[in-house]
This record gives sequence, C-alpha cells and structure tokens, in this order.
Amino acid sequence: MNVAVLPGHNADESKRIAAGYGFWIFLLSDIVMFSCFFASYAVLVHATAGGPDTRQLFDVDRVAIETACLLASSFTCGLAFVASGRRSAALFYLSMTATLALGAAFIALEVVEFVSLAARNAGPGRSAFLSAFFALVGCHGIHVTIGLLWLCTMMAQVYAKGFRGDILRRILCFTLFWHALDIVWVALFTVVYLIGVAP
Amino acid sequence: MPPVDLFWGKLTWAAIPIDSPLPIVSSVVVAVVIVSVLVWIVIRGHFPYLWREWLTSVDHKRVGVMYVVLALVMLLRGFADASMMRVQQAMALNGPGYLPPEHYDQIFSSHGTIMIFFVAMPFVIGLMNFVVPLQIGARDVAFPTLNSVSFWLTATGALLVNISLFLGEFARTGWIPYPPLSELAYSPGVGVDYYLWSLQISGVGTLLTGVNFVTTLLKGRAPGMDLMRMPMFCWTSLASSLLIVAAFPVLTATLAMLLLDRYLGFHFFTNEAGGNVMMFMNLIWAWGHPEVYILILPAFGIFSEVIATFSSKSLFGYRSMVAATLGICVLAFTVWLHHFFTMGAGANVNAVFGILSTAIAVPTGVKVFNWLFTIYGGRVRYSVPILWSIGFMVTFVLGGMTGVLLAIPPVDFLVHNSLFLIAHFHNVIIGGVVFGLFAGYTYWFPKAFGFRLHEGLGKAAFWFWTIGFYVAFMPLYVLGFLGMTRRMQQYDVPNWQPWLVVAAAGAGLIAIGTGFLVAQLYYSIRHRDALRDTSGDPWDGRTLEWSTSSPPPPYNFAVLPRVTALDAYWVEKQGQISNGTGRPTPHYVPIEVPRNSATGITCAFFASLLGFALIWHIWWLASLGAIGAFVTFVIFAWRDQVEDEIPAGELARLDGLDRAARRPAFHVGRAT
Repeated sequence: MNVAVLPGHNADESKRIAAGYGFWIFLLSDIVMFSCFFASYAVLVHATAGGPDTRQLFDVDRVAIETACLLASSFTCGLAFVASGRRSAALFYLSMTATLALGAAFIALEVVEFVSLAARNAGPGRSAFLSAFFALVGCHGIHVTIGLLWLCTMMAQVYAKGFRGDILRRILCFTLFWHALDIVWVALFTVVYLIGVAP
Repeated sequence: MPPVDLFWGKLTWAAIPIDSPLPIVSSVVVAVVIVSVLVWIVIRGHFPYLWREWLTSVDHKRVGVMYVVLALVMLLRGFADASMMRVQQAMALNGPGYLPPEHYDQIFSSHGTIMIFFVAMPFVIGLMNFVVPLQIGARDVAFPTLNSVSFWLTATGALLVNISLFLGEFARTGWIPYPPLSELAYSPGVGVDYYLWSLQISGVGTLLTGVNFVTTLLKGRAPGMDLMRMPMFCWTSLASSLLIVAAFPVLTATLAMLLLDRYLGFHFFTNEAGGNVMMFMNLIWAWGHPEVYILILPAFGIFSEVIATFSSKSLFGYRSMVAATLGICVLAFTVWLHHFFTMGAGANVNAVFGILSTAIAVPTGVKVFNWLFTIYGGRVRYSVPILWSIGFMVTFVLGGMTGVLLAIPPVDFLVHNSLFLIAHFHNVIIGGVVFGLFAGYTYWFPKAFGFRLHEGLGKAAFWFWTIGFYVAFMPLYVLGFLGMTRRMQQYDVPNWQPWLVVAAAGAGLIAIGTGFLVAQLYYSIRHRDALRDTSGDPWDGRTLEWSTSSPPPPYNFAVLPRVTALDAYWVEKQGQISNGTGRPTPHYVPIEVPRNSATGITCAFFASLLGFALIWHIWWLASLGAIGAFVTFVIFAWRDQVEDEIPAGELARLDGLDRAARRPAFHVGRAT
C-alpha cells in the first residue's frame, strides 16, 4: 500500500484509514450495482406474464428468520472486529464462527426458498418478474457466499499470521463488506418481501 | 440447441472460419508476429528482464506504459476494421462489395468495442497511471498490486476479443448489443458471449482502477498538495475515476442481466414472458453516457497541462476549470435518454433530457474559453503537443455544436441513427479524446523514457490525422442529411457513393498519419541519443512530474515534495532563481517500495481460462479458472515480505545526479 502519512497519524494508521476508505469506495460501487438490480425489479415486478405474483409466492415468516440470522451475524461480526482490535484470538474465532454459522443459515434458508419456488414452476424462466427477483436476491446471496469464503480465509490468516497490520486491515474491509450486505438486505427485505405481501 | 460436449463444450472444428479468408489470414499473420516476437525475446535472453521489470511490475509508471502499449496495438486493430468498413461502403453501391453481411456486421461491432474499451480506455488509464502519482507527489498509487491486476484484466478482455477472430465469431450486434437482437433467439452463436465476457472481465479491471485512483488522489497527496493546488489533469482524473466508480457497476449489472437471459433462460430483455427491451437501453446508456465523459475529461486535463506549459503561463481560470469539470461530472448522469429520443417517452421527458444535454455545452464552453485565454498573451511554443491541442479546440467545438443539434429532440428524430450521428461522435472522440491522448503521449514520452519523440515526424502525423479526419468525417454529416443510416453493408442510392469515396480517401490520409506515428516511434528509438533529455524537464514544465529525473526512479521522489502553491515545480524554480540560493540538499530517509508481484498476470491467466470456458460452455475449465484466481489471491495474501527498502545513501547518490543535471534550470537565466 502506498499512501501519504496523514497529519496526526503514524504510517500504520494512515494505511488503515486509506484501506478502509478505498474499500468504502468499492462498496459504494457495489451498492450502485445493486441499485440497478433494484431498479430492474421495480420495473418488472408486475410483468408476471400470467404467472404467480409476489403475494402468491412469498413466505414472509421464513424470510423474517433469514433476516434475523443476517442481522445477528452483523452483531457477531462487529464483535469479531472488536476482538481483533484487542488482539483477543479466542473471542475473534468464537465470534467469527458464530458469524459463519448465522451466514450459512441465511444461505441455507435462501436455497430452500429458491428450490421451493422452482418446484412450484416459479423459477427465473417463468416470467420477467421472477427473473428480476431471482437476480436481485441471488446477487445478494452470491455476495454473502463470497463473504463466507472470505470469512474462512480471514480465520485461516489470523491463525497462520496473527493480528498483523495487513491482516487487521483485511479484517476491517471484511467487516465493512459484511455490514454493507446487511444494509442491502434491509432494503431488499423491505422492497421485495414486505411491500410484496402488503395488502 | 445441439447437445453440448462435456469436455469441449460448444467448441468444434467448425469454430475456425475456414471459409472466410480475411480473418484467417489476419489472425495467422498476428499469431506469426506474436510468436516471432516471443521467440526473439527468449532467444536474445530478454525474457527474465521483461518478466522482472515489466510483466510482474507493480510500479504505476510501468503499468501505465503497458496500458499505453496495449492501447496502441489495439488502435492498429481497430483502425484496420475502420479502413475495411470505409472501403466496403465506397464499393458497395448496388452490390455486395467485398465483405459479406455477416462479416461486415462483426467488423463494425468489433471496431466500436475495441476502440472504446481497448484503445481509448487503456490509453486514458495508462496516462492517468503514469502521471497522477507523479503530479501529486506520491510514490505510487494507493494499491499498487491491485493496479497491476487491473491492467492484466483489461489485457485479458483484449485477448478474448482477438481470439474471436480465429475461434468462432464476434458479435454482429453493434458495440452496444441491443436486445432482442443480442438475445439467444436471434444471436445463437458465441459472438455476443465473446463481447459480454471480455467486457465483464475488463470492466472489473476498470472499476478497480477507479477505486484505486479515487483513493490515491484523496489519500495519497504530498504534504501541502491541497485539493485546490492539484494540477488540472489530477482534477479531471479524479472526476473520471468518480464516474468510473459510479457508472461501471451499471455496465456490469446490465451485461450480467443479458448474460442471465442468454445462459440461464431469464427474461430481462426478451420479447416473451414480460421482458422489457427498453430497460436495457436505459440501463446501458446510464453507463454509456458517463463513459464518454470518463474518456474526455482526462483529455481535457491533458490539454490544460499542455496549453499552460507551452504558453509559459499558468492556466487561466483554474477555479472555474475545476467547477466546470465537476459540473460535467454531475451532468454526465442526467442526459442518458438523448441516446433514444425516438423511444417514445413523450415530449416532456424528451424536452427535459434535451435541455440537460444542451446544458453540458456550458461548462465545456467555459473550458474552451479558459484554454483560449491561457494562450492569449502567452509566449506559445508551437511544439507537437500544442498542435494537437489547437487542432482539438477547432475540431471539438465543431463536434460539440453538432452534438447540441442532436440534443434537440425534433432534430434528433430526423438524423437519429444516421451517419450524421456517426460523424458527430467521431468528431468529438477523435477530435477530443484521440487528439488529447496523442498530445499527452508526446508530452509525457520524454518523462517516461528520457528522450523526446522526433518533432518533424510528429508534426507530419498531426497534419495527416487532422486533415484526414475532416476529409473522412465531414462527408458523413452530408450523408446523414441525405438520409443514409449507419451500419449499411450495401445501398442503392447513387448520390451517396461520391461522398463515401471521399470518406474512404480520408481514412487513407489517417492511415498515412498513423504510419508517421509508427515511424516517429521507430525513428526516435533508433536516434534516442540525439533526442536525449538529461534535464528531466524538457518543456520547462510547471508541475511536479518534471521535478524528478526522466525516467523517474521507482520511488518517484527521493524526498517527498513540500507543495506551497499551484504549479508547484514552476514556483520552486522561479523562487530559487530570484533569490539565487539554489536548492538546499535535503535530508534523505530510507524508502520502502512495493515488491514485484506475479498476482496480476497469474490472475489474468486464470481469468482468460474462465472467460474462454464460459464463452464455449466448457464448465470444468470455468471452475478451474475461478478456483485458480481465488488461489492466486490467497497466495498473494499469504506473503510476508511485501516491500523492499532503499537505503538513504543510495537515495542521496541517485538524487545527487539528478540535481546536478538540473542545476542550470535553477541558476542561469533560462531560454524562455
């Protein structure tokens, strides 16, 4: 990394600030990409081509459990960040494992939903609405899956290298990524599921 | 669809276009050239040098030069496509010409794709890479290895486009693949897939570049380099990077939707099941219009640097220039609908977008007047870079005015998708972006290599390009008014042919100009000792890149500059000439420079496998490519030693040489 040493900070702090800053810029671009999928969903939500619509398909109870898993994982992810700041390996591994479990539960529930929709002849090829739905929710799901892969890599890195400066910067970026996915999910839960089943 | 082979996917011997000699012959020629260059490099023992100093380099200057080399090579390919089209249209009255329609359609598609994504973009990004860290007094970009990955992903995209020449086909849909034509039902071949995957892969590289440069410009500046002391090129690079960050994800999302339609039977843009074709137009132009400002804004920055330097004056209206740049940056996102006024959105919507589109002429006009006022009263040295700049001002204003015409919806309805439009955007892209890039290439070449480009050959290239441009494209305005639409493989209107013959002759003049550019590079390398610049400041420059040696050392600055004003190096020179003290010897401290990394090129290798496998539905190879790329990153993340230290004594020695060479500029009265 190559950044100016910021006034009032040492070199390591400056690197940390710039890494987080750069990663925020990347996250903003990721949110722009999500916004395109949101927009296409909004355009196509009524293009059901005679097939099922939102009210016939969505099981809000299951999605509420998904949401709870993801929000809780954000909390445990925050704990992991605190643990890394205090160089507390035990708390770090514990909270990262909890994040992993909650994230995996989220993905598992999402897969169950996708499979059950496909079984009811409501797969992405059924209508433009379902295409947009699967793309938007699936895009978030792929992000979470990549996040889980990253999470495991970070645990391995801490195990192998300890809480080194560059590892801590990556943990910072990972937690930013994870929280951003939470923010996207809150929007998604609202726009797709809550509005979808509203009377 | 026929069943797909598990091992080879859709790839069969039929993929090699044996029946059409042109692509076969040209790809064989290209392959022979590449192989013989590689053989020469290996036999002469240059490969270790190439690998160590270039291919695995994470130095922003090396990466920038590689971007520009990629752009220049692809420029030849894109220009060959253009010449073939001009010849075809000059011949094809009432007849087939020499190119069959399915081949002609691929040529106009690949011409546009290559020129925008693999010429203009890498050229712009290459110059940004080379110049921005030097101008802000930084030692590199914020994330050097990521920067190398960006470059190699762009190169991967270019490679895939060129493979399509030999294996399979390229898209026949135009450079913006409008559905439903680009959907599987109407384009069942691999052409559109080549387009989509090469752009998805290179698009990731471009996005990472945007992230990298926003961070570099906002977090990596030298002490004292406030935002309002940044050179204009840095401002325009910042605006361009912000546009990349905001616009390229839109392209990624849009192309991903088309990919889902084509690969997994989704219905985003299909005719059936509720798909919405116009959503594609809206989404792609929400990227596409900012894209042209991503290209032109850095060119504006180059002109600002060149005009100020060669007029020996500081830039007129610096603050208004910054404001105009950011104004264009914002307005860029508010005009996309003018690409399809004929969609039928209604008079009110068209009126709003028409007014906003014409409004862009205001900040652009501010810039043009600022450049004129910079020249006014200056002692102008008519060197090659400023010739390109003056040629730009005349040509670009003309193109801007035809753009304002097109921004008026009733006019647009008459000339929509006609050659008038083709003439307009070539007028702004050649007269703006390409001229700017050539100006920047000539201007910064001595900084990159320590010797100048030959002046006379450069002037010849300028005149042939400029006159050739007018001869080639003014007839297209006329043809637009005569009702000729774009992308015609043949036609039956005799009135059109004379104009098309003139346009083909113009392409010939541009070809001569291009020949002069090649000759200039060759001659300058052969006679580099005569063209050598030892001062590091051949143009009596104003900004910090001229305050270090040519080529700059890997760490750019032995001691980070302390910036006190705009035109930092100029002010330093002036101040020390007037008080006659010379430059005090600084205190050197060791510098850490990032180590080379093969991450970028390894990643590109796996990304090439991945892209190729996805195009041909070879799923096992695609998995291998994806896993390989991930493993590459993990291995990179496992490194322990990421930087090397350059000791203070070595810095003092190298910097002393540069300071000695530069002494005349600080003591004796200078020629200007």
